Amino acid sequence: MATPTMPPDPRGPRPRLLMCPPDHFGIEYEINPWMDVTQGSDAAIARRQWQALREAVVALGAEVELLEPAAGLPDLVFTANAGLVFRGLFLPSRFRFGVRQGESPLFERWAREHGFEVVPLPEGMYFEGAGDALFCGETLFAGYRFRSDVRGHQWVGERLGVSVLPLELVDPRFYHLDTCFCPIAPDAAIYYPGAFDEYGRSVIRDQVPRLAEVSAEEAASFSCNAVVVGRTVVLNRGAPKLAATLGAMGFDTRPLEFSEFIKSGGSAKCLTLRLDGEEAAAWKSSPAAG
Amino acid sequence: MAGQGHEHGPTSPAIAAPAARQAADEVEVRGHIVDSLLLPKILDRILQMGGSFEIRDCKIGMRRTDPSYARIGIRAESPEAIDAILADLVEHGASPVHPEDAKVVPADIAGAFPEGFYSTTNQQTQVRFKGRWIDVQDQEMDCGIVLDPAAGVARCVPMVRVVVGMPIVVGHAGVRVIPMERPRESTLFGFMSSNVSSEKPKSVSLRSVAEAVRSTRAAGKKVLLVGGPAIVHTGSAPHVAAMIREGWIQALFAGNALATHDIEQSLYGTSLGVSIERGEPIEHGHEHHLRAINAIRRAGGIRRAVESGLLTSGIMYECVRHDVDLVLAGSIRDDGPLPEVITDTLAAQDRMREAIRDVGFALLIATALHSIATGNLLPAWVKVVCVDINPATVTKLSDRGTFQTIGLVTDVEPFVRALAAELATAPAAG
Repeated sequence: MATPTMPPDPRGPRPRLLMCPPDHFGIEYEINPWMDVTQGSDAAIARRQWQALREAVVALGAEVELLEPAAGLPDLVFTANAGLVFRGLFLPSRFRFGVRQGESPLFERWAREHGFEVVPLPEGMYFEGAGDALFCGETLFAGYRFRSDVRGHQWVGERLGVSVLPLELVDPRFYHLDTCFCPIAPDAAIYYPGAFDEYGRSVIRDQVPRLAEVSAEEAASFSCNAVVVGRTVVLNRGAPKLAATLGAMGFDTRPLEFSEFIKSGGSAKCLTLRLDGEEAAAWKSSPAAG
Repeated sequence: MAGQGHEHGPTSPAIAAPAARQAADEVEVRGHIVDSLLLPKILDRILQMGGSFEIRDCKIGMRRTDPSYARIGIRAESPEAIDAILADLVEHGASPVHPEDAKVVPADIAGAFPEGFYSTTNQQTQVRFKGRWIDVQDQEMDCGIVLDPAAGVARCVPMVRVVVGMPIVVGHAGVRVIPMERPRESTLFGFMSSNVSSEKPKSVSLRSVAEAVRSTRAAGKKVLLVGGPAIVHTGSAPHVAAMIREGWIQALFAGNALATHDIEQSLYGTSLGVSIERGEPIEHGHEHHLRAINAIRRAGGIRRAVESGLLTSGIMYECVRHDVDLVLAGSIRDDGPLPEVITDTLAAQDRMREAIRDVGFALLIATALHSIATGNLLPAWVKVVCVDINPATVTKLSDRGTFQTIGLVTDVEPFVRALAAELATAPAAG
């Protein structure tokens, strides 16, 4: 533990997040419609924005673990794509694009060193971790088409013994599930309908009782890519309508600036990996199954 | 003759394009495919991409974490269309089922299949050879499949034609049957869905048969008539002759009897000694039948009799004049027989096999054994209409596997007369 001398938190175990400082962050290739190498990003602004997120989650009671940045891996900062955490298991991502595949050994080593059992996916399946696989209640919602594939998700579902519902992503701007769907409680989620086909929309509507629907405009400002700590949703500035909806649902919002990361196709959620289970994941509060 | 340079009209679904041009494959999909709507989505995509599907196996998980499983047969109009559908479905988690190649054993004795041989049906069949599904040619029920590895060609072979060393498919692995597709829209044929009944509106049935004949011709396929002697006894011969003359019939299978009675009528105006005109036996009429056969034998055969001007009317006359592919198969009770009658049963079968190629529609009228023999040779995608006063004939035909038969239990003469009249309202193309 990072702070063994502290007395136990009366609110229960503290949320733990993995983040990676943006020391080597930049737009060095284009693997999604947001990236533009000619536009680039401002390193100083990026660092300030990242720092503000870190401070915000710590202020909300979370503990932040840090991954050592590495040169040549500009997207290592997006720790949500490291893999999927389920209790003591870590399922490392198998990136579709070669430019990100170098991240996997670093994420795996970190997980192993921090006591996780690392369970690699079989060869030939793509799976981009918590970027494309999000628990809402007992169900794992999984995005496919652009990055992860359905077979990968089915394998994960079988391995974890959970129900997995693959959702096809149809808009390349929302290439990861966490860019258009964000579980905020076991029975509640934020989502942008335009990123899914009719089947995907029906699945979400059938399975998630309380939904905060995001408009196309606010979805484009990455408001679905949010970090949830307790009842607070940390998200990109520029989503007043969503903030109002979440307020009515009993959630606080903490808008921050993520402009430099959005240039790369990521925002608050992409910059974090929840190590103890997302707030919406039922497994984090249920006893471990055999 | 019809068939050349005519317009290609729309093909009636009743005689939908031979399944032999279609392609098929099978995929499996597993996981939480029901709740995630992946299964309905996959099925929808198959239809959207112009294919059709059949769920061959489906196991739904009992608890919410249990995965479900479905095995789906897919069919499309070409191998390219199948490839496109498979490529799309793989994206949604479906994976092709990879079966093994068909197993082949060389025939160890002539005229018999190796033990465990695959016994064919009349449905479109494919065998897997070097990882690819190839269509079995000359599809016929109750045969074996010979697979030529050098040419990569498979075809049905009757038992009696097996020679030593012939590579014969054994077992069921690597062999699959592509079942007939049910016509999607309702057609006149769809309406006549029970395969035998005397309680169908006859005019509707009749129009359907006429329509099937027309669309078969429009599609450039042959119409086959298989007829019994009742055609002549009942006074229907002139109507059949008219249909041949007008180009509606390209092949005719019969026995010695139909040909003999037809010729007897042409030469003497009687059928088995009974005047067709007056319906009563005439004096010494019983001799006419043998005298007719004798006259044709003396002339050197039916064709020679037509050419010499001896035979000037009737079904046989029109067959010769219009180059109808005539196959007369003999039987034990034949008088004469006429010189064209093939008395070697196996040789007759082979001639019939040759003649049914390119047949798109078969009309079986008032003959049990010739109908069943023809039914055995026809692939299931050739529509068959069987007309008989005796329901048992139609039932027998279906029971012997020619399940695609539509039966009309009716008196032959009124049916043939009305059919000829209906067809005469629009001339055959060509």
